[in-house]
Amino acid sequence: MAAPPVRQRATYPLLHPLHAILLAFPIALFSAALATDITYLNSAEIQWTNFSQWLIAGGCLMGGLALLWAIVLAARTGGAGRAVLYLLLLAAMFAAGLVNSFQHSRDGWSSVETTGLALSVLSTLLALAAGWVGFSGARPAGERP
Amino acid sequence: MTRRLPVALGLLGVLAACGDAGTVENQIGPAPQLPKVNETLLPPMKIARPTGWEGELPGVPEGFVITPLATDLKIPRQMLVLPNGDILVAEGSGGNAPRLRPKDVIAGYIKSLGKTDVKGGNRITLLRDADGDGRAEVKTTFIDELDAPYGLAFVEGALYVATQDALLRFPYTEGATRLTGGEEVTKLPSKVNHHWTKALTASADGTRLYVGIGSNSNVGERGLEIEEERAVVWEIDRQTGARRTIARGIRNPTALAIEPGTGQLWAVVNERDELGPDLVPDYLTAVRDGAFYGWPYSYWGQNIDPRVRPQKPELVKTAIAPDYALGSHVAALGLTFVTGESFPASYRQGAFIGQHGSWNRETLSGYKVVWVPFANGRPAGAPQDFVTGFLTEDGKARGRPVGVTFDAERGRLLIADDLANTVWLVAPSREAAVAPSDNQE
Repeated sequence: MAAPPVRQRATYPLLHPLHAILLAFPIALFSAALATDITYLNSAEIQWTNFSQWLIAGGCLMGGLALLWAIVLAARTGGAGRAVLYLLLLAAMFAAGLVNSFQHSRDGWSSVETTGLALSVLSTLLALAAGWVGFSGARPAGERP
Repeated sequence: MTRRLPVALGLLGVLAACGDAGTVENQIGPAPQLPKVNETLLPPMKIARPTGWEGELPGVPEGFVITPLATDLKIPRQMLVLPNGDILVAEGSGGNAPRLRPKDVIAGYIKSLGKTDVKGGNRITLLRDADGDGRAEVKTTFIDELDAPYGLAFVEGALYVATQDALLRFPYTEGATRLTGGEEVTKLPSKVNHHWTKALTASADGTRLYVGIGSNSNVGERGLEIEEERAVVWEIDRQTGARRTIARGIRNPTALAIEPGTGQLWAVVNERDELGPDLVPDYLTAVRDGAFYGWPYSYWGQNIDPRVRPQKPELVKTAIAPDYALGSHVAALGLTFVTGESFPASYRQGAFIGQHGSWNRETLSGYKVVWVPFANGRPAGAPQDFVTGFLTEDGKARGRPVGVTFDAERGRLLIADDLANTVWLVAPSREAAVAPSDNQE
């Protein structure tokens, strides 16, 4: 009667813990940059856009490392399913973040204005979506991330 | 902008073409054509990488010769000719602006690629060419341990030196080859010193000194609080040190000089970057007492700069346009007026202007010394290239002109070159000097 638990049903999350830590950075930093962008547009106080610029740069750096890992992951899982969706979201996030860092390198008000704010919203949403897919995705035991 | 996104995405954009090539031909003189603001995702940064002269010389018009008066200097900037003909050269580098954002780190590195490896001397060197062969036999440290000296003036037996944080006075005795014991006339604004150079000249009657004080940012991106008494020209009482601000909104007045016919103060001024290859023209202007020249809120009169908030429309209404555009991004750093008749007839009224050369432009501009003819105390006509050849055909820089100083008594033009670390001397060739055509006026 007391059959052992069916081990085949056990799952690993899509992301390795270290990969998850890397992904945490763009999620936190891009959303923080969105907040400092909004504060800059409301205050015209230049320090807030300076904050945004470092936050976005940090998000791009760590997000870029996560992106490299995601490429390997997608390749190893045979180019199908959630790993590919995760990769696409992360790639789009990184692209939006990179363009946003260039936008933010303009001087004064032009560093944010409409384009910078829109890119901050976009990169934040893409980071959150990548996180959602990355942590909700699971695959069968035996296939380690 | 959007059509350039792929370039940026490829990360190749950092050094790639991002701006239109632009044409400066329509950007010279009293009414330059100003294109629309063209802010690119990445500012074009085209740096002329340094190369040596390899025995070549800068080009000068027929009838002139050029010689290296002195080499192996330590970032020569501005010069002064003393009554006995000795030449003083201010050498140094200043500025202590903190890197506030990622761009400051990256752009600072890229710009450094176009500069000399030599460390600024923070001193004044004396050069003496007693035999008049165009080469200095004496080259000695005149004053040392200065904090980024730049502007120099000589009035009534005293040498005035504008360092990056103070105006100093040194008593001078004729023939001296070393000075010590300077005293402070007044402090100068020195916080951050993004634009650290303090230009200096004396009024025609010698009672007052004028100091040019550059802005602390390109266009206010370090906050407007630190722009207090920046982008201004000060008038200083030589005796008491009392001062008054005679012009504001004058972004970076890098050289000041008195027009000899009228006694009017003129300046060359470096304007803002990153609005496109043909914005904003650097300029030559009479410094009008009480004038506001727009920076940072507007440029060339009342053209609004979109990057500055909060805007100040009431102040912008008072902004006046400068007198004479020199072309965008040429980086005019030297200004000297001709007096006397030691130069040929076509160079009797006007100014020489040293142009350090561009970084914020696909097609390089500047990198030469031009002649702007004057009539009745005003610019009259297009600038003419006077000293050229600072760029090689493949776009490398052999030298970059900074200060220019005309020595009327001895008939020579001095040019400081802070890339080749040389002071060049231009004089009429012997044959030209005795040509009868020069004596017909």
